[in-house]
Amino acid sequence: MPVIESRPDAAPSAEAIVSIRGVSKTYKSGFQALKRVDLDIRRGEIFALLGPNGAGKTTLISIVCGIVTGSEGNVLVDGHDIAHDFRSARSLIGLVPQELSTDAFESVWATVKFSRGLFGRAPDPAYLERVLRDLSLWEKRDAKIMTLSGGMKRRVLIAKALAHEPRVLFLDEPTAGVDVELRHDMWQMVHKLREAGVTIILTTHYIEEAEEMADRIGVISRGELIVVEEKTTLMRKLGKKQLSLQLQSPLSAIPADLADLPLELSADGQQLVYTFDTQTEETGIAPLLRRLSELGIDFKDLHSSESSLEDIFVSLVRSRA
Amino acid sequence: MNIHAIRAIYRFEMARTFRTLMQSIASPVLSTSLYFVVFGAAIGSRMGEVDGVSYGAFIIPGLIMLSLLNESISNAAFGIYMPKWAGTIYELLSAPVSYVEVVIGYVGAAATKSIVLGLLILVTARFFVAYHIEHPFWMIGFLVLTAVTFSLFGFIIGLWADDFQKLQVVPLMIMTPLTFLGGSFYSISMLPPIWQKITLFNPVVYLVSGFRWSFYGKADVDVVVSAGMTLGFMALCLIAVWWIFRTGWKLKA
Ligand SMILES: Nc1ncnc2c1ncn2[C@@H]1O[C@H](COP(=O)(O)OP(=O)(O)OP(=O)(O)O)[C@@H](O)[C@H]1O
Ligand SMILES: [Mg+2]
Repeated sequence: MPVIESRPDAAPSAEAIVSIRGVSKTYKSGFQALKRVDLDIRRGEIFALLGPNGAGKTTLISIVCGIVTGSEGNVLVDGHDIAHDFRSARSLIGLVPQELSTDAFESVWATVKFSRGLFGRAPDPAYLERVLRDLSLWEKRDAKIMTLSGGMKRRVLIAKALAHEPRVLFLDEPTAGVDVELRHDMWQMVHKLREAGVTIILTTHYIEEAEEMADRIGVISRGELIVVEEKTTLMRKLGKKQLSLQLQSPLSAIPADLADLPLELSADGQQLVYTFDTQTEETGIAPLLRRLSELGIDFKDLHSSESSLEDIFVSLVRSRA
Repeated sequence: MNIHAIRAIYRFEMARTFRTLMQSIASPVLSTSLYFVVFGAAIGSRMGEVDGVSYGAFIIPGLIMLSLLNESISNAAFGIYMPKWAGTIYELLSAPVSYVEVVIGYVGAAATKSIVLGLLILVTARFFVAYHIEHPFWMIGFLVLTAVTFSLFGFIIGLWADDFQKLQVVPLMIMTPLTFLGGSFYSISMLPPIWQKITLFNPVVYLVSGFRWSFYGKADVDVVVSAGMTLGFMALCLIAVWWIFRTGWKLKA
C-alpha cells in the first residue's frame, strides 16, 4: 500500500522547493566562492539574496541552475537531484542571468520560441504571446534583439526564462540598470508570478527592492550565508529606532549623569541621539525625557526614525568583515 | 531524450544559415565554380585523362569534398563558438538537455547545410563539365558521412576555441594543406613512390578516393578502407565529444 503517498505532508521536501545542502565551490583559481551553504527556499515565496559584490550570489544561483558545477554538497529542486535527475530539476527552473547575454541577430519571437523548445515544451504561441504582452514586448516581437534598449533586453531575458512555464524563477539582479518606472513594472510582474504559484529567488543591490518584494531575506558575505530570516522578523530583530532631539542650547559633552544611557552627541553639540531596540517593550523614552528636564536640558524639536533594511544589511556585513 | 530541444537547436541554427545565405551558400558555390572554370575548362582541356576520366570531371569529387570539409568544420565550429562568445551558452547549460541533444542539434544543422552545399556544387558543375555517377547511393553515403564526421570535428574545435584565432587556426593551418594534398587535383599514382606512402597518413586521401570511386568506379585506395577510415574518424570525434561534455571541459566553471 502506498502509505506515504496518502500523506503528502510527510515528505520533508513538501515545503522546500529548493533545498541546498552543504554546497561549496572552489574555482580553478583556488578561490573559494562558497563555504558549505545550507538553504531551503519555500514553495511559493519570494526570497531575496543580498550581499556585496563578489559575495557568491551568482555562483550559488549558477550551481542550482547547472551552469557551474559545485565542489561539494547537493541540491534538490522539488525533490529532484540537480546532478542525477537534472532533466526533471532543470525543467522546473527559469533563469534570468545577471549579464545581458542575448542573440543579437535574432528576433524577440524567435529567441523566446527557441527557449521554450530547449526546455522541452511543445510550442504554445498563445502562451508566448501572453508572456510578451505582459512584459510589453509584443510590439517588438519581430525586432532584432540588438535594436532594443538595455531595459528591453533585460525583459527579453525574462521572457526567455518564462517561456517554458517554470515553477522556480531565479532573477540575478533583474533591475540593474533599469529605470524607476520599469523597476516598478518588474516588481508587479514578480508579484503576479508569485500569485500564480511561482517561487522566486532574486538577488539585488537595491535594498529597497528586497524590502518591497521579499518574504524572506538571506544575506551572503564572502561565500557564507550569514542570515536567513523573514523580512519582518529581520527588521524587528536587527532594526533599531533612534530618537533625535534638537537642543535649545548646544552642549559641550554628554552630562555625566546620563552616561549610563545609549546617547550620542552631534559634533556641533546641537543634537542628542538616543538609540533603542525596537523589540523591547520598554523603550526608555519617558525616563530619558524626565531626566533631561531634571537636568534642565531643553529641546525645541524631536523626531524618531527606524533603521532601514539597508542599515541592517550594512551593519551585518560590516560586523563580519 | 528531449526532442523539442533538438528541434529548437536545429531550427535556430538553420535560421542562422538562411540569414547569412550569401556568405554560407553563395560564396562557396561561386568559389568552386571558379575552380571548374580554371582547372576544369581552361587548364583541364590541355591535360590528358586521369584514370580514363577527363581532368575536368576527375576533379569534381575532390572539389566537392574540399568544400564539404571546410564548410562542415567552420559551420559547426562557429555554431557552438558563438553562444560561448556571446554568453548565451548559459541557456544551453541550464536546459534539461544532455550532450546528445546538443550534438544532434548543432552537428545535424551544420551537416545539413554542408550536404545541401555539396549537392548545389554538384549541380553547378554540370554547367561546366560532363560527369556521371556510377554508385549514387555510395555517393550520397560518403557525402552524408563526411559532412557529419567533419561537423563533429568542427563542433569540437568550437568547444575548444576560446578566441577567434583558435577558431580559424585549425581549418586554415591543418585542413587546407590536408585537403590540397589529399588528392583532389591529382591521382596518388601520379606521385613519386615515397610520397605515395606518406600521403596515406592523410585522412583526406581516403575521403576523396572513396568519393571519387562512387563517381567513376576508380579509387586510389580500396573503397571499403575509405569507408572504414571515415567511420573510424567519426567514432573518434564522438568519443571526444562525449568526454568533453562529461568533464564539462571549457564550458562550465
Ligand atoms: N569563473 C570564475 N573563476 C574564478 N573565480 C570566480 C569565477 N566566477 C566568480 N569568481 C569569484 O567568485 C566570487 C563570487 O562571485 P559571484 O559572481 O558569485 O559574486 P556575486 O555575489 O554574484 O557578486 P555581484 O554582486 O558582483 O554580482 C568573486 O570573488 C569572483 O571573483
Ligand atoms: Mg552576481
